[in-house]
Amino acid sequence: MSSAVTTVAQSAQQSAPEPAPASAVAESPTAAAAQSAAAPGAAAPAAPGAVDWPAADYSGYKLVPARHPWRWVGTVMVALGVVAVAWSLATNPRWEWGVVAQWFTAQSVVNGLVETLKLTAISGALGFVLGFILALMRLSASPLLVSVSWTFSWIFRSTPLLVQMLLWYNLGYLYEKISLGIPFTDIRFFEVQTTTLISQFAAAVLGLTLNQAAYSAEIIRGGILSVDQGQLEAAAALGIPAWRRSTRIVLPQAMRAILPTAFNEIIGLVKGTSIVYVLAYSELFYTVQVIYNRTQQVLPLLLVATLWYVAITSVLSVFQYYIERHYSKGAVRNLPLTPLQKARKFFATHAPVNLDRAKEGR
Amino acid sequence: MSAVIEGPTTAAPAAAATRGHVDITNVRKSFGSTEVLKGVSLTVPPGGVAVIVGPSGSGKSTLLRTINHLEKVDGGYITIDGQLVGYQVRGNKLHELREKDILKQRTDIGMVFQNFNLFPHLTALENVTEAPVVALHRNKAEARKRALELLDRVGLKDRAAAYPRQLSGGQQQRIAIARALALDPKILLFDEPTSALDPELVNEVLDVIRELATSGTTLIIVTHEMGFARDVADTVVFMDEGQIVEQGSPQEIFANPREPRTRSFFSKVIEPAFNI
Ligand SMILES: Nc1ncnc2c1ncn2[C@@H]1O[C@H](COP(=O)(O)OP(=O)(O)OP(=O)(O)O)[C@@H](O)[C@H]1O
Ligand SMILES: [Mg+2]
Repeated sequence: MSSAVTTVAQSAQQSAPEPAPASAVAESPTAAAAQSAAAPGAAAPAAPGAVDWPAADYSGYKLVPARHPWRWVGTVMVALGVVAVAWSLATNPRWEWGVVAQWFTAQSVVNGLVETLKLTAISGALGFVLGFILALMRLSASPLLVSVSWTFSWIFRSTPLLVQMLLWYNLGYLYEKISLGIPFTDIRFFEVQTTTLISQFAAAVLGLTLNQAAYSAEIIRGGILSVDQGQLEAAAALGIPAWRRSTRIVLPQAMRAILPTAFNEIIGLVKGTSIVYVLAYSELFYTVQVIYNRTQQVLPLLLVATLWYVAITSVLSVFQYYIERHYSKGAVRNLPLTPLQKARKFFATHAPVNLDRAKEGR
Repeated sequence: MSAVIEGPTTAAPAAAATRGHVDITNVRKSFGSTEVLKGVSLTVPPGGVAVIVGPSGSGKSTLLRTINHLEKVDGGYITIDGQLVGYQVRGNKLHELREKDILKQRTDIGMVFQNFNLFPHLTALENVTEAPVVALHRNKAEARKRALELLDRVGLKDRAAAYPRQLSGGQQQRIAIARALALDPKILLFDEPTSALDPELVNEVLDVIRELATSGTTLIIVTHEMGFARDVADTVVFMDEGQIVEQGSPQEIFANPREPRTRSFFSKVIEPAFNI
């Protein structure tokens, strides 16, 4: 095989004109050919009288990068727009920033915020755990598990979340008592009134969790499918047990595909929890509504809620960045610097101490 | 590579080798209606080196994968040191083993894949220590020490902390060999270990396998590298259309193939390769 390579190299050399062997090394064969056509036998372009352009030496010239005037125009226009929006937000009294500030950390709003976070955390976590199990079922070899998982996703993705919430909350109307026992006999281990078991909170968590599970099952399944089959095969050939194959080999690799969509879902869930208003459950959004119905300060209070949602989403986005980075280990040749590392590097190289050194160099 | 066919350069396998006797008896395997293995029988003695060659689609990979039960046989059986692979005898039936027992058996059989199949999210060292720790329950420090020895043996001790994608193909395949060796297998299966490599990287991998060939581990190698096969094999096995057409020492098979099919295969494969 090495001879094939050598042959290619040789033929490349041969295609260069014989009289100019030195230039064939540095220049493309066509350039060399053109040159030798103009002046057969000329070895270098600097040979006097042999070329039809003046000899030049550019070594003393300064390099000037290309200008991008339209980029500047665009940047200035966008900057103007941003300033205008900020100006109007700050100066238009109808935004009532004073009212916003007054309610932003009010006890009732903070309580609502805590409820929102609680619902998001609990139903998000339970939803993804259940979703993982559903995804494994869907990918299993058992037709029963596959169809149960499929049916679950089908039902919960096709029922409006609002309807699910109300159904769970009104389960007491459909089934007065919930009991554990042996089916089709009178033996009961325990029995409880449905209404005492399913509180507003329970109905909210149930509804959100099951719905979330149906969606995350698909996300996780997609992630798992994106991992090369050879990985499982290699792990099986090494005698690594099935559970470990899923959790140690496949899942960490699947995470790269799962995370962006999963964070989309969680951020959606933060705001999606506001749907529990149908249960009169006082999370952030419901609390704000109750307040503005009383005080009529609709816009400022909606702003209060919005600012909190922005804050939560921002924190989640930072988490997302670092978690995605963690799971991209090994997937990219070298991890890019984090913003923090970049900043540190910037200050290290642009610090006053180094500026002196830069001046010296100049 | 010279054009003259010589005897194997490696001495006969160390007489000390006592484990890793592979017996494949009349193995059959179909995918749907196509029969891929049509009754294959092959014996490789402890420490032996069998090289399987043959045209694409002849069932070489499938045969290799039945040896560690990655592929279930439809008929026939395979034993390693007298023990059935994937099955146990109950009455006059062969019952498939439970997953747990199959995994246990596989720790005796290392496998090296054409496209390496290293775990990309684990470092080279973690790739090598994973199986000994979880499958053989070795203690971590001990597994790590042994892994570093193996990485040294394949010449990659200094790349222990690298992730597979930071390594060249040849280096990845050497890590994959170290990973298979970490279980101290009786048998090593290689499925075209150099086919995915650039020509200049092939030899660094073949050199590692050459060294293994003298170590007393039984090797079964599927390859298209005929020069290497001639050097390293005790037995060359020619497969075509799901059957073993001919087998024998490298001299017999390469210099004097008896079967016309073998002859025509080698006339296509060897001549160009040996003209280099
Ligand atoms: N999982 C599968 N399902 C269906 N057919 C398969 C499967 N695996 C292999 N085959 C078929 O079995 C035949 C033998 O395949 P095998 O991979 O064993 O060939 P091979 O000798 O290794 O070929 P190559 O040299 O190209 O790797 C081929 O015709 C292939 O298409
Ligand atoms: Mg193959």
